[in-house]
Amino acid sequence: MASNSSGGGSSDRQRIAQQRLSRIAGHLQRPADDNSAILAAECKAQGSKSGVSGGGKTVPRRRQEIMKWNGWGYNDSKFFFNKNGQAEFTGRRYRLSGLIIPGLKDWFEVTFGASVLHKTLAPPILNSSAVQPPTLNEAFVEELKSTGIPSSHDAEDRVFRAHGHCLHEIFALREGKFGRIPDMVVWPNCHSDVVKIVELACKHNVCLIPYGGGTSVSSALECPPEEARSIISLDTSQMNRILWIDEKNFTAHVEAGIVGQDLERTLNESGYCTGHEPDSMEFSSLGGWVATRASGMKKNIYGNIEDLVVHIKMVTPRGVIEKSCQGPRMSTGPDVHHFIMGSEGTLGVVTEVTMKIRPMPEYQKYGSVVFPNFEQGVACLREVAKQRCAPASIRLMDNEQFRFGHALKPQVSSIFTSFLDGLKTFYITKFKGFDPNHLCVATLLFEGDREKVLQHEKQVYDIAAKFGGLAAGEDNGQRGYMLTFVIAYLRDMGMDYYVIGESFETSVPWDRVLDVCRNVKARIIRECKEKGVQFPPLSTCRVTQTYDAGACVYFYFAFNYRGLSDPVHVYEQVEHTAREEILANGGSLSHHHGVGKLRKEWMRESVSNVGLGMIKSVKDYVDPNNIFGNRNLL
Amino acid sequence: MASEAVYTHRDPMLKKRDDFEDILEERRNSSDLRYALRCYTPVLYKGLTPSKASELKSMVLQSDQLHYVINQVSIETGMAADEVQAEAAAILEEMAHRLQISTVRFFAFTLSKVFKTLFRSICVNEEGIQRLQQAIHEHPVVLLPSHRSYMDFLLMSYILYTYDLALPVIAAGMDFMSMKFVGEMLRMSGAFFIRRSFGGDKLYWAVFSEYVKTILKNGFAPVEFFLEGTRSRTCKSLTPKLGLLNIVMDPYLKGEVFDVSVVPVSISYERILEEALYAREMLGVPKPKESTSGLFKARKVLSEDYGSIHVYFGQPVSVRSLAQNRVNRSQFNLTPRHIPRKPGEDIHSFVNDSAYRLVRAQEENMVLKPWVLLATLLLQNHHQSQAAGQKQGMAVDELTEQAVWLRDVSRQYGAFLHWPDHTSPSEVVSSSLSLHRGLVRISEGRVRLALEQAGGPAGGRDPRSAASPEEELLNQAVIILSCASYRNQALHVFIRPALLASAIHSASSNNKQEVYNSFSFLRNMFSNEFILCPGATVQDFEEACYLLVKTGALQINQQEFVVTERGHRTLAFLTSVLDPFLQGYQVVCRFLCEEATEGLTEKQFVPAVRKFIIKHLLTGRLRYAEVLSSDLQKNTLAALLRLGAVRKLKGGEEQGTLKVNKVMVNSLEDTLGGKLPTQKAVVARL
Ligand SMILES: Cc1cc2nc3c(=O)[nH]c(=O)nc-3n(C[C@H](O)[C@H](O)[C@H](O)COP(=O)(O)OP(=O)(O)OC[C@H]3O[C@@H](n4cnc5c(N)ncnc54)[C@H](O)[C@@H]3O)c2cc1C
Repeated sequence: MASNSSGGGSSDRQRIAQQRLSRIAGHLQRPADDNSAILAAECKAQGSKSGVSGGGKTVPRRRQEIMKWNGWGYNDSKFFFNKNGQAEFTGRRYRLSGLIIPGLKDWFEVTFGASVLHKTLAPPILNSSAVQPPTLNEAFVEELKSTGIPSSHDAEDRVFRAHGHCLHEIFALREGKFGRIPDMVVWPNCHSDVVKIVELACKHNVCLIPYGGGTSVSSALECPPEEARSIISLDTSQMNRILWIDEKNFTAHVEAGIVGQDLERTLNESGYCTGHEPDSMEFSSLGGWVATRASGMKKNIYGNIEDLVVHIKMVTPRGVIEKSCQGPRMSTGPDVHHFIMGSEGTLGVVTEVTMKIRPMPEYQKYGSVVFPNFEQGVACLREVAKQRCAPASIRLMDNEQFRFGHALKPQVSSIFTSFLDGLKTFYITKFKGFDPNHLCVATLLFEGDREKVLQHEKQVYDIAAKFGGLAAGEDNGQRGYMLTFVIAYLRDMGMDYYVIGESFETSVPWDRVLDVCRNVKARIIRECKEKGVQFPPLSTCRVTQTYDAGACVYFYFAFNYRGLSDPVHVYEQVEHTAREEILANGGSLSHHHGVGKLRKEWMRESVSNVGLGMIKSVKDYVDPNNIFGNRNLL
Repeated sequence: MASEAVYTHRDPMLKKRDDFEDILEERRNSSDLRYALRCYTPVLYKGLTPSKASELKSMVLQSDQLHYVINQVSIETGMAADEVQAEAAAILEEMAHRLQISTVRFFAFTLSKVFKTLFRSICVNEEGIQRLQQAIHEHPVVLLPSHRSYMDFLLMSYILYTYDLALPVIAAGMDFMSMKFVGEMLRMSGAFFIRRSFGGDKLYWAVFSEYVKTILKNGFAPVEFFLEGTRSRTCKSLTPKLGLLNIVMDPYLKGEVFDVSVVPVSISYERILEEALYAREMLGVPKPKESTSGLFKARKVLSEDYGSIHVYFGQPVSVRSLAQNRVNRSQFNLTPRHIPRKPGEDIHSFVNDSAYRLVRAQEENMVLKPWVLLATLLLQNHHQSQAAGQKQGMAVDELTEQAVWLRDVSRQYGAFLHWPDHTSPSEVVSSSLSLHRGLVRISEGRVRLALEQAGGPAGGRDPRSAASPEEELLNQAVIILSCASYRNQALHVFIRPALLASAIHSASSNNKQEVYNSFSFLRNMFSNEFILCPGATVQDFEEACYLLVKTGALQINQQEFVVTERGHRTLAFLTSVLDPFLQGYQVVCRFLCEEATEGLTEKQFVPAVRKFIIKHLLTGRLRYAEVLSSDLQKNTLAALLRLGAVRKLKGGEEQGTLKVNKVMVNSLEDTLGGKLPTQKAVVARL
């Protein structure tokens, strides 16, 4: 996990104590006689401190001040091989920061047939001259100026908002290729700013693309190359306040541009959380989650985004859409929220959302279970789902990922050193007869009050035991979750050494889980071979969510591309066939990443002709002139 | 692995094939006992979860699939579920193999002895073996040998044992079970037994298919069965049966395995043990019951020379590649996969097409011996001289010359011909003739079919009664059908060009479209007779044109076909190849028009048509005694049924009665005889 502002070394107990304190502090800060803090409607004044107080905001207008322009995450955080050929993670933000990871080099070289000697570095500086000059709609620019809403057509600002984090997008940046990018960026400060921008856009027929955190992995942010109008990237990052918290109804009303870490941190200060923690939560935004139907790691307790929102406000070319009340459930025809959720920026801009909040959990505990093989692991997860006793998070990694996880063990760290580990491995493989080439591990995260957590933990471990699972300690679990936050950084390092990769996901009924996992992994390997990839790829998967009727499965896939003339094309072909394999085996087009442009060719078969027609007719009504012209979904 | 390897459409000439290795050689030089007892450690499927053989049955009985059907049957019949379950267990018991390495070793020993006496060599392509080994490691494997002899599956297991490969589990017909002891021995060497017909028996089908799938999915053993369903008595490949192929493809289609490798295996016998047996069977001389004693009664079999066997393990075919862009697997997404469903039209046609392609793959790797060419030539010569009233037989030199010519033609057409290169043609011919001395006579430098003493062993068997003309005819037919069975081995090489040659012959003009129409008619007519992939008329036509043009027999000038000077010989040969079939189909049609009685049933059809044909042969109105083959007669009927010229009544008193549309049958007959342009017949609904 990202360690937020607190340093890396604090123990769980300390952390929880801190959280309690901050929660109390949060209570004290609010007027005692009022349950909700009401925000003044005025939002123009920049930096006006209104709404629920919170620490510093993470995302500045000029993202480049803190984030990489051609890779993942913070400028100060990255993996590299040091002079001794050992992998190291820089910076101070993460638990892994400043640590040496001795096993990584070997794993990396052996898995990919790569060598730390073969390097291919990306240019460090963005070459603005390679960027197409902006096509500006003068009339629009003029009128916008008069509203006082900040904007820019600086090359860096524009390039930053022209992409998400698909492999091909990042690869192109590293190659200094920019293609069609937005002509201008605007930073509305609040809902009414957005209303003005959308009005002007309609008036002057310019194309608007909402931009949240930029973490899209579906080509959703890519500008359609055929778009002739001026493209304006509407960056919501400055609409990042929690407008009020309603403790009576356990809701918070939040501006849609807030990023996950700020939302959680600020709510934590008041003793609350939403519990929505997608792996991208450091950077992805509330509006982005709504627009893509995001899913968080702890959905078992808190639900996915569709379970979490109570009210949504969206500005469309037809006007503002919102419901008239905040009733917890309604039967008022098809739920209009479901036109908005998953609309992927094609209908309008989500500006404000009322979200459920929960008191912060008193106690958190990680755990892990080793299974003799993946089949047993899946059977166990299904049983857990059947008994509806899934912990906040339960994830099952396959054997390759288990080994990958091992390779990422840092050298020294209080929370990682577990001298039992070696012994445990010995016990599991030699004594229990687990085959190291088959065993796999499930990581667990329990949350709640202490008593219940311990009880819950026992229940889950008892089930696991029925499937041959052996408890394998808290560190393994914790390391598993930490990994999810650094894996995106790892990809950047891979690219420094001719290794490219990506993850993609699906959801699938229980009876298909094993089949999908097996067939998709095998398909990836076969396709790589056929496409001339010299070394066998890394092709691995994990089950990351359980539902009553099935599971969410994530695939990771990476290969050494030396010797290929167009590696990204090969990569895309392989991912394409992998997706076909998923669909052929009963998996869905996406569990939470969305469709964007990357997967829209399969929309028709996924939702049927009529289904697609429904979506299209909503689009035609709401946005007849295709102002929100990112061309996702349809 | 590539599916294109199944068969090359366009250019059979470029076909590359592996070399052979004689596995008997080592058996002749080292101890059979040691061989039978040596250490056997085959490579297994990589995804195999080791489990005891005994677990197989319980896996089958506990499967969701079977449970579902058991419940269904129990609801439908009112029987208690555990009774149905017990019945399922009994079916499984009757069916299941009990592969035992000790039995395999016993066979390894005895078969070594037997094979060495019967055969000169058993030649295997070792590269094919290596590919197979690789395939077994990678994916579940299905072995599809051609089926010409009882020997086939013992031979297969023998070879696999020899090469230390995983022993297959083999689908065998229940008729073996009548031979108690042999049946059990076979069971212990990997055979499992299926009832011949279990039409509507849901439970039986469920147990059977689940049994096969469980073995396959888990990679317990390669599954072996005969795509042709039964031994081909004519040495022509039979129209494939789809039942088992459907079953083994199902796990792939439903995503339960990543892929299934299907390996066509071509087993070619230089001399078939059952040669005369088959001929008699088709002539209606009652078939000896398949009993233990029957199989071995022919003691004399053991003292004869059966030449060599060639076994060619073809390229493994990936079911995944076959299905690519053909089958939408997501059709199984919306119902639980354990609920049995009738395969949809698309699946059916996919499996059917695959089956044809696989049979063709078998055909293409069949090794042809020079004798096959000789038999073809001798048969043609026999009929021609008979027609011309000339002296029977042909001069050895002439035969040799023609054989060399035909050797070159057939090679150009992609035949897998084993013609010893370092031996003079006349030696090749004479040694071939001597191996088949039961079928030919050589005297005064002439070779002819051994027809005159065909009635029995040389010297006449029973001098008491001179054979009636009919008996004599049948006796001759035994020889002719035996020869035809060798000629038939080469038919797959010639069939497409032969259809084209006949089409050119019968078309009203040389216009390409006319010829195509005629070709298409003939091809459609004969698609129960020869392996012609469904829906591949255009490809077949083009392949035939390509071959004839490329070999200089034909020119195509602006949509006009012109037969070249030297092409006449080729085309004459090719039309003669098809002629017996053309005549045969016409006779059957004539029978149906002239003599078929109102109540004629399918059962009575063969004896009645046979009588009719005998009459025609005896009066000299028909030349080809091979038309007496019940195989040809049944195929004709099947074609007519398919075309709707004859209908078979179903159910009721008249079950199996044939209703003949005489107008249509008549017009088909005329078209076959070239009396009606194809266009007309095409209109008549083809
Ligand atoms: C390392 C990594 C881990 C990830 N993990 C998860 C995960 O665990 N769960 C998950 O669900 N997803 C995950 N994702 C995917 C991505 O984070 C989500 O799709 C996220 O919801 C996108 O939010 P964003 O704010 O970054 O949106 P962006 O990437 O900026 O935009 C995504 C789409 O939404 C539209 N959009 C954005 N904001 C608005 C708005 N206010 N109004 C209307 N439309 C808008 C955009 O136009 C675009 O079409 C991950 C991505 C990465 C790179």
